[in-house]
Amino acid sequence: MKTFAWLLKREYWEHRGGFLWTPVWISVAILILTLMGIVTTEVFRVQGHVQMGISLDRIHADMSESDIVGAGQALDYAQLVLTAIPAIALFFVLFFYLLGALYDDRRDRSVLFWKSLPISDTATVLSKTVTAMLVAPLIALAVATAGYLALLALITLWTALHGVNALPVIAAAHPLGMAWRLLLTVPVDALWALPCIGWLLFWSSSVRSKPFLWAVLVPVVAITLNAWFGAMGLPHIDGSTMAANAGGRLLLGIAPGAAWHAQGLGRGIPGDDAMQQLAPSHVLGTLATPELWIGVLVGAALIGGAIWFRRWRDDS
Amino acid sequence: MSAVIKASGLSKRYGKTIALDGASFEIEPGRIVGLIGPNGAGKTTALKAILGLTAFDGELSVLGMDPRKHRHELMQQVCFIADVAVLPRWMRVAEAIDFVGAVHPRFDRAKCERFLARTKVQMRQRIKELSKGMIVQLHLAVVMAIDARLLVLDEPTLGLDILYRKNFYQSLLEDYFDEQKTILVTTHQVEEIEHILTDLMFIRDGRIVLDADMDTVGERFAEVMVNAERADSARALNPLDERQVFGKAIFLFDGVERARLEALGEVRRPSVADLFVATMKGTYA
Repeated sequence: MKTFAWLLKREYWEHRGGFLWTPVWISVAILILTLMGIVTTEVFRVQGHVQMGISLDRIHADMSESDIVGAGQALDYAQLVLTAIPAIALFFVLFFYLLGALYDDRRDRSVLFWKSLPISDTATVLSKTVTAMLVAPLIALAVATAGYLALLALITLWTALHGVNALPVIAAAHPLGMAWRLLLTVPVDALWALPCIGWLLFWSSSVRSKPFLWAVLVPVVAITLNAWFGAMGLPHIDGSTMAANAGGRLLLGIAPGAAWHAQGLGRGIPGDDAMQQLAPSHVLGTLATPELWIGVLVGAALIGGAIWFRRWRDDS
Repeated sequence: MSAVIKASGLSKRYGKTIALDGASFEIEPGRIVGLIGPNGAGKTTALKAILGLTAFDGELSVLGMDPRKHRHELMQQVCFIADVAVLPRWMRVAEAIDFVGAVHPRFDRAKCERFLARTKVQMRQRIKELSKGMIVQLHLAVVMAIDARLLVLDEPTLGLDILYRKNFYQSLLEDYFDEQKTILVTTHQVEEIEHILTDLMFIRDGRIVLDADMDTVGERFAEVMVNAERADSARALNPLDERQVFGKAIFLFDGVERARLEALGEVRRPSVADLFVATMKGTYA
């Protein structure tokens, strides 16, 4: 257990730039852009008496109960967006992390150092799996949540400058409820992503060179051949099923929120109610679908293959 | 004590190339064994088999374990440096030491820091900022701080200058080796490790062609410097090798009686390098 914790730490050390600094800089950039927007508004207001949107003073006077509820929903939605933007970056970070995880050290031969330590290949591969499933997404979520808190502080300060108390609006939002719902998506997404994680690790572990090409070309060729079989009237898999599984699950499965999106959960709920869209019953509902568990089995098999190659691949 | 390594009929092929062709040998504890062979003779493959890094045919027991099945347990007792400067370049020195300390039950951190204090390696540095020689010093410091029963070194000093090379083997001998430990080393710089070896193994075309301790090597092999007029009688004794130096002929004999050789000329102990060249004649032909 202690060794495994150190293996996770090792992954974090090596990929601090992708796992920590990427979401940090993205969140900081969003906050700076927000601040620039606020400053622009203020400058225009002072210089030319140009009114951007509604005057804060009037909000102060006219805000009704339902307006406050609406503003709270808007804040919830902002929290979702603030989490989603670093999550998009996380997809790219994880994609290349997984492709390199069992390949880069073979290329620079440092695998000969790692293999000289009393660590089983199973533990090594699983540490990379858990890093992609949980460690990196949790770090990204923690950073995004901190960014959202900073945004709330910024808004509170700004409105306070105009004598408006933002606290009722913040009280109408659900920062904790949203944080909890976003946290729930992490393990569900992790299970949903398992075939993709396994697929990328498998190629990372097995090929002599160019894991990216193998990982991407194999599904593309499979989809193309399948479509051609279809066009020729030969037995084939339905085109959209093929694309969803070969392309969507194997290559894009690590996209945060992929599980939630693929299941069409939250559809039919107004787009501005993030709390409803991310309701735990929706998020956890994915766990009741066979698609998720079939994917877990496929992912486990691929990870098993990656472990086997890690143990026996002999590069020289 | 029983053998540290027992190999019989080790075989391995890469496609059509035969890397190991039924190699058999035993290594006793408390020895420093040099495994010497020309390029492509199977040295690295033999070491990889011992370290469980490759699949092979035949029987092999390392510290009583089969490296194919018990690699993970074996690595608690076996250390190796395969190739030069393979420490991960992104790591900091302190991180590497923290990590090994955390995952290796037999690692002595204080010892490692003591070895490092003698070098210019700094804890804060990243490994990619170190020179090749310093990376090897760091790796050696880490490995020497691990109380392993078997240390395997595969060309550990290739491409380093002579100061680092001498320093490497000197540290190994002075600060690491004792009768509980066994070191198995391959290198092309035979003359530099000759004086630290207790045993010598020559490998050629995947087979062990010489396996003897250094005392036996001294008794079995002799080099004689012979004047031209006696050269024919020397040739009659079936020398392994003959070369000419300053008008005299130097013959290398295997297992010929001392007295008969002394009658021919001045008898010397051959260097391992000369022995190697004589034994490997025709390898690349």
